[in-house]
Amino acid sequence: MGWNRWEVDGECGKVKGDRGRVEGRRWRLVAPVCRRDARAPGEQKGGLVAGKLWGLKALRISRRSNPSPIVLSSWFSMPLLELKNVHTYYGSIHALKGISLSVEEGEIVTLIGSNGAGKSTTLRTISGLLKPRQGEVLFRGERIDHLPPHKIVEMGVIQSPEGRRIFPRLTVRENLEVGAFLRNDKAEIARDMERVFHLFPRLYERLNQRGGTLSGGEQQMLAIGRALMGRPRVLLLDEPSMGLAPVLVEQIFSIIGDINAQGTTILLVEQNALMALAIAHRGYVLQTGEIVLADTANALRENKLVQHAYLGIG
Amino acid sequence: MAVEATTGSDLVITRRSFRSFMSEVFGPLLQVFLFVIGSAVVLGGIVLLLALALRGARTDIDLLQGTITILPQVIIDGLVRGFLYATIALGYTMVYGVLEFINFAHGEIFMVGAFVGAFFSAALASSGMLTTLSPILFVIAAVFLGMAVSGLLAMSIERVAYRPLRGAPRLVPLISAIGVSLVLQDVMRMIAVNTGLGFNAQFRTPDLGQPLVLAQMPIADDRTIPVSIDSRSLIFIVVAIIMLIGLNYLVNITKLGKAIRAVAQDRPAASLMGIDVNRVIAVTFLIGGALGGAAGILFGMRVGSINPYVGFLPGLKAFTAAVLGGIGNITGAMVGGIVLGFLEAFVASYLSLFTRGQFSGASYADIVAFSILILILIFRPSGLLGEVVTQKV
Repeated sequence: MGWNRWEVDGECGKVKGDRGRVEGRRWRLVAPVCRRDARAPGEQKGGLVAGKLWGLKALRISRRSNPSPIVLSSWFSMPLLELKNVHTYYGSIHALKGISLSVEEGEIVTLIGSNGAGKSTTLRTISGLLKPRQGEVLFRGERIDHLPPHKIVEMGVIQSPEGRRIFPRLTVRENLEVGAFLRNDKAEIARDMERVFHLFPRLYERLNQRGGTLSGGEQQMLAIGRALMGRPRVLLLDEPSMGLAPVLVEQIFSIIGDINAQGTTILLVEQNALMALAIAHRGYVLQTGEIVLADTANALRENKLVQHAYLGIG
Repeated sequence: MAVEATTGSDLVITRRSFRSFMSEVFGPLLQVFLFVIGSAVVLGGIVLLLALALRGARTDIDLLQGTITILPQVIIDGLVRGFLYATIALGYTMVYGVLEFINFAHGEIFMVGAFVGAFFSAALASSGMLTTLSPILFVIAAVFLGMAVSGLLAMSIERVAYRPLRGAPRLVPLISAIGVSLVLQDVMRMIAVNTGLGFNAQFRTPDLGQPLVLAQMPIADDRTIPVSIDSRSLIFIVVAIIMLIGLNYLVNITKLGKAIRAVAQDRPAASLMGIDVNRVIAVTFLIGGALGGAAGILFGMRVGSINPYVGFLPGLKAFTAAVLGGIGNITGAMVGGIVLGFLEAFVASYLSLFTRGQFSGASYADIVAFSILILILIFRPSGLLGEVVTQKV
């Protein structure tokens, strides 16, 4: 656990420190690639590839100096995102009391709980808006809890915050462009924008309208679209159903399912436990800053406590 | 990401149309232009009506004649004052936009800009180049120098005096700003006095040419008087307009501009988009400071003599202009500056004319400026163009 394994096919190359961009995401190698078939890093005889190859399952590097391509692929034996015993405070208020959770690649994980349980605080801590006083936040095994928010976004942990937080005086297009702020690949940005418009055709109709003039549902679509523009490795969604009409809630949730089906890992914070558990793979139940239950979504739905407290059954 | 974006779509979304480009860069300037015309027409109309009304009461001179005679010069004066306040006000309003904080040291940034120009011209004079240098080159070099020094100064001040106080109550950085302002005044005074520039520093320029005669205005008895604009005023207006165009381009079109606007509208959300908020704030100070420095250079060039306290009053008035236009609103700052400049110019010129010189308009113009500040704060705190910010939940 904790190491990535890379299978290296190609010439022994000194790729340490090598960096570049693939799919608009920066990558950097922190150890040399050295054998035709590198084993797990740390094993001397197999050759070393201690890779920090951010977020790529397969990668082809062809360099001018090295004509034969090196193909690196990896599987992750560690969770994509992990919180270990995180304590966060608002001043003297102890908001998170030792939260530990993990999100695996490809999952939808949901955090449910009532108002003030610490759901949004958890997301704000992951995004670096709040600094935990104790504990660790790990992304691909790397600590991110000391990083400023924009660095965390750069790694691919992107949040669509509570209350949408659309830029009210930027147009829909500009809001989406700001979502792709860290990217420079114009063509890819344009493709992603089209993808957002396929998910949310309403946004295309409102392209040059200011964000503040949109309806609540449209703003929520824009907030999710804006987060997608950053090409998240993990998408953090904070209360996407808040304040929306039931029909819109269903629509939004079905789109969240689509986004996940297209390969984006999602950590979903919701008060609407019924909807959240319907699309999530696993879930955590938060109560006053502590995780009281963790299980698969199906098991949580059957759970008496959850049914009673959050699903209004029994 | 394993997602394959749909290809071959017919949506054309990447290219910004030429029309929207023009409207975003020149739209605000058109608004400013309309306010220039509007202010000139309204204020001109008011003084003409007053002149007609008071005509009978005066036997010594023809009041109407006098009013009309000086009107073109007053309008030009209003323009120059207006652009002076507008360029300084932009610094206040941009910083307010991103930090909700009034940088009261901004007037001193302006003053430092003026002194950079004075030092520059003194250095040129001592090397004998001042008279030989082409005037246009001189203006360009001085403006860029002033922009660079003032911009970097503003950025350093933010780093040293404001950023450490970011989390403090709002009054604290304000007091820090006043402290910075006093420090800058007296440090500049120390430098000026001890480098031979003197407390009242001369801002010398190459020969900038004769006043430009725009038209001949006929007055009674078949005589005409020239309507002219002196070259320094013309330079002021031209450079100011170029800077405003540049600023509009920067803020409305570039990625950096989008980041500035995003930070101004929602700082935490901007950081969640990957925007380095501290850097954007630093750049905002840089831009605001550079504009203030350029204004200082142009101001110094126009008045010819400056001292370390020249930044105080223009600074406060530019703040008034920013509030008048709606603080935080960039177009508002320009418009507020123009309106305030025109009001002041009209009061300064016509108050003494209408009161037979009992009240010297020039010395009472400040009353107008600050009365406006008070009235705006009471009756329309959002300013002329300010939007009432509503947070939709």
